[in-house]
Amino acid sequence: MSAPLTSLDRPNSYIGRSVPRPNAKRLLAGRGRYVSDLRLPRMLYAAFLRSPHAHAKIISIDAGRASALEGVHLVATGADLAKICSPWTGTLDHFKGMISAPQLPLPLDRVVWAGQAVVAVVAESRAIAEDALELIEIDYEDLPIVADIDSAREGGGPLINPGSANNVCFRSQLDNGSVDDAFAHAAHVVEEELSFGRHTAVTLEPRAIVSDYDPSAEMLTVHHATQTPYQFQDLYSRHFGIPEARVRVIATDIGGSFGMKLHVYHEDMAVVGLSILLGRPVKYVADRIESFVSDIHARDHRVRARMALDAKGEILAMDVLDLTAIGAFSTYPRTSVVEGNQVIRLIGAPYRFKNYHATLEVLFQNKVQTSQYRAVGHPIACAVTERLVDMAAAKLGLDPFAIRAQNVIADDAYPQTSPTGYRFEALSHQACLKRLHEMMDYDGLRAEQAELRKGGIYRGIGIAAFVEITNPSPAFYGVGGARISSQDGAIISLTPSGEVRCLISVTEQGQGTEAIISQIVADQLGLAQEHVKVITGDTEVTPHGGATWACRGAGIGGETALQATRALRRNILEIAALILQEQQSALDIIDGEVVDAGTRNQRMPISEIARIAYFRSDTLPPGTQAQLTVSHHFAPQGYPFAFTNGIQGCSLEVDVETGFIKMLKHFIVEDCGRVINPMLVDEQLRGGIVQGLGAALFEECRYSETGQLVNGSLADYLVPMPMEMPDIVIAHVETPTADTELGAKGCGEAGTAAASACVLNAVNDALTPFDATINSIPITPTKILKALKRF
Amino acid sequence: MSGFDRSLLDDADETVRVRFTVNGRKVACEVAPRETLVDCLRNALELTGTHAGCEMGACGACLVQLDGQAVHACLMFAVQADGARIDTIEGLTESGVIADLQAEFHRRNALQCGFCTPGMLVNAHELLSQVTRPSRKDIRDALSGNYCRCTGYEAIVDAIDAVAKARSESGGVT
Repeated sequence: MSAPLTSLDRPNSYIGRSVPRPNAKRLLAGRGRYVSDLRLPRMLYAAFLRSPHAHAKIISIDAGRASALEGVHLVATGADLAKICSPWTGTLDHFKGMISAPQLPLPLDRVVWAGQAVVAVVAESRAIAEDALELIEIDYEDLPIVADIDSAREGGGPLINPGSANNVCFRSQLDNGSVDDAFAHAAHVVEEELSFGRHTAVTLEPRAIVSDYDPSAEMLTVHHATQTPYQFQDLYSRHFGIPEARVRVIATDIGGSFGMKLHVYHEDMAVVGLSILLGRPVKYVADRIESFVSDIHARDHRVRARMALDAKGEILAMDVLDLTAIGAFSTYPRTSVVEGNQVIRLIGAPYRFKNYHATLEVLFQNKVQTSQYRAVGHPIACAVTERLVDMAAAKLGLDPFAIRAQNVIADDAYPQTSPTGYRFEALSHQACLKRLHEMMDYDGLRAEQAELRKGGIYRGIGIAAFVEITNPSPAFYGVGGARISSQDGAIISLTPSGEVRCLISVTEQGQGTEAIISQIVADQLGLAQEHVKVITGDTEVTPHGGATWACRGAGIGGETALQATRALRRNILEIAALILQEQQSALDIIDGEVVDAGTRNQRMPISEIARIAYFRSDTLPPGTQAQLTVSHHFAPQGYPFAFTNGIQGCSLEVDVETGFIKMLKHFIVEDCGRVINPMLVDEQLRGGIVQGLGAALFEECRYSETGQLVNGSLADYLVPMPMEMPDIVIAHVETPTADTELGAKGCGEAGTAAASACVLNAVNDALTPFDATINSIPITPTKILKALKRF
Repeated sequence: MSGFDRSLLDDADETVRVRFTVNGRKVACEVAPRETLVDCLRNALELTGTHAGCEMGACGACLVQLDGQAVHACLMFAVQADGARIDTIEGLTESGVIADLQAEFHRRNALQCGFCTPGMLVNAHELLSQVTRPSRKDIRDALSGNYCRCTGYEAIVDAIDAVAKARSESGGVT
């Protein structure tokens, strides 16, 4: 299913070409400009004293000696910052009945997780600020701790929010078709409970912020390592009472984000407040342990699910209970229930069945918040679905490919609405399945597996189909009352020397936003990419937009750039037509030259049009006003999301003596619609897969019974490193969305969405001869040995 | 904390003069004994291409060359490097010794956010100065202390592999 040819498929098109990122050379030379590198005149440094208790009352704080230390400018408590910052609440209107307590930069009288910032010190250096922390004395009185899902649900157990009836943040149900009936009459039922450990983003650059309040101008400038500068401009304006036009948020180079850097953090709000109190720039960079205890975590779900099938292996129904514990608050402004919501809505997504029931229960506990991190909910939904499909295949004696081929929604059956309410425009499961089968040499792998088993070598082969949510419309956050934009804006100019500048609201975290936007602009205008300069990440310069989250950069930002460029092109040709005394429709622009559309004969360079328009407008006909700057906004319409799909496969080996898993090879066939830059798409897939493999095999934030994070360092929290990771083979199917001219969908989460499901299925496949099963992620050697009853 | 000894803070504040040759230029810095080399490079010398990722030698973002060998600048106090020759990503870039690695990383997009990249390049440079034609496994092993959250590593391995091949075909290490 290749895309039909359109004007985007010209032989010299930049669309679909693997060109390197223009802005990557600076990073290779060590000339990145990260917020952690920034130093401003009169800048001070903040450090935070953190709670050693998971739940405790603050009885008293004595900061006298800290305040007196040489080099200390300010010691601030919750009460000090509450005077200038209004509280925030992490709920959204469309999640009916959801609750969460109001939050402040620093707590007033109670701490709710170990690691929560309690007191801030601002000093002339970070070292002095940390010295001062040592001099602060806080008296706490321990409160009972809610440490996990089970204790959160316990009737009559401790409550996290005094005055609430229980620890439930949100409950939701989906019920479609006749589930009970389907299960009652099913030929086969498979059922499993799967658990997913907490893990976290572990960006290599920790969170970093420099807040600079200038009282003389009443202007707040925040250099903030974030994906979403406009969201923070709005929040700083509203919570600190500063007019929006006097708040500027600048997001320069960012050392990794993956969704983690778009949430409101208590320390960040505190730093903004501290700079307002002091009238000076204040810098805060989390150190690694602070990142582990205060960055959002993700996952932490336990899902009980069953699937009903008929005698031939046709899926009839699914019934799901997802329990997830999020922390003591729901994160602001996107909330902590989106992951669970996406889990219950994405389960079963690739398959054609009508009867679905799901319950979601989101619970509070005394840990740092969980919230949106790459592939929100997807890995859980995918692992639950794909594990049950494999269990069903085993029960029915079907091959994993065969049962999927039998049950996926047919490529020619779209549009379709899933039993969970998602509307799919066009997906390509059949094409992807077929391509993966060939690419893996599936039959060869199975033969090799059988042969090696005879010699006591246990290999596993796993596959996992997925659906990914991309290009979100206002249905995502806007309907819930969040001031998070789903539109993007671009301002594009022909400069006096005939080059093009594009200011755009989507932001760059290294995925190649600036590269693909310059490809689209160069392509649509008709000039070389090196003459296009793309500028991102500064609310005072770039127009308001959603920026980068939920895989919207290419699909929405790219379409914005495309439409803006087409408008500029029309304006350039309008002036060219006047100068050349031609019909506008008879002219085109190729490689920076206005040409006759029919013959392609060069008429004049666009730099000449720019020169005349800017410096010799007197030579244009009276009444002509050249518009060589165009601003344009684009919001997705049509389908609320552009769903994408794909399938992953992997081959691995389980050492049944040690429990170690060796990844041998990983495969993905992915359909993100129109591919703008294949190299960058492939890198998104590889990076996403490796994050998913980290989750599958290594990553887990482990807590003691007293709510202490026990592995908060990069030596203790295992991340995937080069020697453990396999080579990854990639293929594409292209089904462009018809909702935009560009036809691009997102690809950033596809890798993470299915990698852990794939590994889970492969490990269970490897363990088949032992009648041992794994139902918990990460799949550690201990869990393998326990399943084998060898530990 | 009542037993805290204030004099410790005074000692910690007292600076020491250290001298290095950094990127071929002699420099002197006033550093506190507790200051790490990575902080000294980034703050006093404004060489911000060297990054601090984990502050415990696990991630490789702070790798620099010290007397010709890759070391973690976060695991060393600045005073310990007194008298040493230090080359950072800035110096290695200016001298051109890693130009082929940088070009190949660029061509293959073997980086995304770029935060791990200087450390990756320092380590790759060290590997290729020791082993002319490392296997892909050798390359992955050599990078086992360099954490990258963005790329999935394969393009990095490809880039180093390609440079090793090109260097050996052009008659050895440049």
